[in-house]
Amino acid sequence: MSKTIAEINEKIRKGKAVVVDAEEIIDLVEEKGVKKATQEVDVVTTATFGPMCSSGAYLNIGHSKPKIKLGGGRVYLNNIPAYAGFAAVDIYLGATALPEDDPRNEVFPGKFEYGGGHAIQDLVAGKDIKLVASAYGTDCYPRKNLKTLINLKDLNEAVLFNPRNAYQNYNVAVNLSDKTIYTYMGVLKANMGNANYCSAGQLSPLLNDPLYKTIGIGSRIFLGGGTGYVIWQGTQHNPTAQRKDNDVPSVPAGTLAVIGDLKEMSSEYLVGITMPGYGVTLTVGIGIPIPILNEEICRYTAVKDEDIWAQIVDYSSSYPLGKKESLGEVNYAQLKSGKILVKNRDVLTGSLSSYSKAKEIATIFKEWIEKGRFLLSEPVAYLPGPDTGYSFKPLKER
Amino acid sequence: MAKRRLVLTFPPKLVEEPITYRLIKDYDLVVNILRAKISPEEEGRLMIELSGEKSALKRGVDYLNRLKVNIQPLARDIRWLEEKCTHCTVCVSLCPTEAIVVDRNSMKISFNKNKCIACGACIPACPYKAIEILF
Repeated sequence: MSKTIAEINEKIRKGKAVVVDAEEIIDLVEEKGVKKATQEVDVVTTATFGPMCSSGAYLNIGHSKPKIKLGGGRVYLNNIPAYAGFAAVDIYLGATALPEDDPRNEVFPGKFEYGGGHAIQDLVAGKDIKLVASAYGTDCYPRKNLKTLINLKDLNEAVLFNPRNAYQNYNVAVNLSDKTIYTYMGVLKANMGNANYCSAGQLSPLLNDPLYKTIGIGSRIFLGGGTGYVIWQGTQHNPTAQRKDNDVPSVPAGTLAVIGDLKEMSSEYLVGITMPGYGVTLTVGIGIPIPILNEEICRYTAVKDEDIWAQIVDYSSSYPLGKKESLGEVNYAQLKSGKILVKNRDVLTGSLSSYSKAKEIATIFKEWIEKGRFLLSEPVAYLPGPDTGYSFKPLKER
Repeated sequence: MAKRRLVLTFPPKLVEEPITYRLIKDYDLVVNILRAKISPEEEGRLMIELSGEKSALKRGVDYLNRLKVNIQPLARDIRWLEEKCTHCTVCVSLCPTEAIVVDRNSMKISFNKNKCIACGACIPACPYKAIEILF
C-alpha cells in the first residue's frame, strides 16, 4: 500500500487528512501494527526546539536619500556587527555575533548579555532596532554615515536563513576534569557532576526520517512559527555516520539548511539565548511533516526514545581536542528519566533542547495541516544519504 | 519542629549585633546561613533558615522585629519567570535541593520556592534568564 504526496494534499484540502505527531504514531503502530497505521495516517508531524548557532537573517533595509552603500562598510544593529559584504543595503545578522565592546571571556566565564540571537528575537518581536552604519562613499552612493531605527514591518525583505539546523542526534556532554567548564552544551560540573543532551529524540525531524526518504530540498516546514523550506543539506551534514540496525544514527549525523520569511515568524519560536562562558545564540523552533507514503516510512516515524542512542562525550578533553572518544552509549528514554549511568556512576541529566516545546510545535503544526492551512511539498531533490559517501571532514591545516 | 527561610535586612547600626549568636544561644534555634552580604551602603543582608520549636521560632522572630530587622520570606526574593522558561530542563541537574523538578511525562519543569535555598547555581546556567534572585 502506498500513497503520494498529491493524494495526501488532496485530503488536506478537503480537511480529511489524518495527522498525528511523532509521539502519537508510536502508540498507534504498537496498537494497530504498521500496515494498518500506514493506511490510516497521512502525515506525522515532527519537531524540535533547541539552540542552533548556525542561524541568522538577511535584511534589505531600503535605500536612504541620499543613498549609502553599506557593502564594504560597517553596519551595527543594536550595537552588534552585521555582515555587509553584499550589495548596497543587504545585510546579514548572525546569531552568535557580539558587540565589539563585549568583554567576552576576559572575566571568565563571560556573561554575554546580548548578541545576534537576541537582536533577531527583538526584531521578530516587532521592536525598533538601532542601526548605525558607516561607508566609504561613491559617486552613486555618496552618503557616508547612517543612524536610524529600523523595524521589521518596514524592511523590504527579512529572511531567516540558517545554514545548519535540526541536527540528527547529538552528543551527551559530561566533564571529566576537576573544575567546572562552560560550553555550548551548558555549564558542566567537575567530575561528571551532570550530563547535558540536546535533541528532541523521538519527536526530532531527522530521527523520524533517518535515511532522508521524505525530507529533502524544497520540503515545506514550520520554521520559527511561520512557514519555511529546507533548501539544502546543512553544513557538516554527515550521512555516513554510524547507525544502528534501525538506520538511526547514534552520533550527530544529518543536518538541514532552512529558510523562511521572518515577517511571518514569532519571538515565541525564535529566542535569543546566552550560554555563560561560551557566547550567545538563537533557539529555533522547527517542525517538519513526514508524509506516510508507505509502510517503511511509517515504521521509521514510530521510532521511540529507547531506540535512539547517543554517545557520552567528555567536553573537558575529547571534544576540544577533536578526539572521537565515547564514554559509552545511552538512549533518550534513559536521558529523559533524569539519570544515566556513566562509568558505573549515576549522573543527573539536563537537556538544552526543550521536549515540551517540541511537542507544542508538533501539536500546533498538526492543527495547521488538519485545518488545510499547510500543504506538503514534494522535494525537488534529495539530501545526500549514506550511500553517497558524503561525509564531514576535519580541517587540513597547511 | 518548625522551619522558616527568611531574608533579613538590617541597617548599619545593627551590623555589629551578633544576631545569629543570639538566635542560637537565647532562642535555641538552628540557624543555617544560606547567604550573607554587606553592600557598600553598609546595609546587611542575611539569608537564613531557622528551625526549632514553634514557640522558639516565634520568639526568635519577635526578637528580630524588636531590633527593627526587616524580615521577608525567602520565597519572595526568588523568581521563576515562567513566561521566559522554555522547559528545556538544563537547570534541573544543577539544583542541589530538588527545588526544580521535571514532570517526566510532560517534560515540563516546576519550581518549588519552599525547597529553594537560593544558592544561585541555576541562574547563570539558564540560557533564557528565566530565574532571578533579588538579593
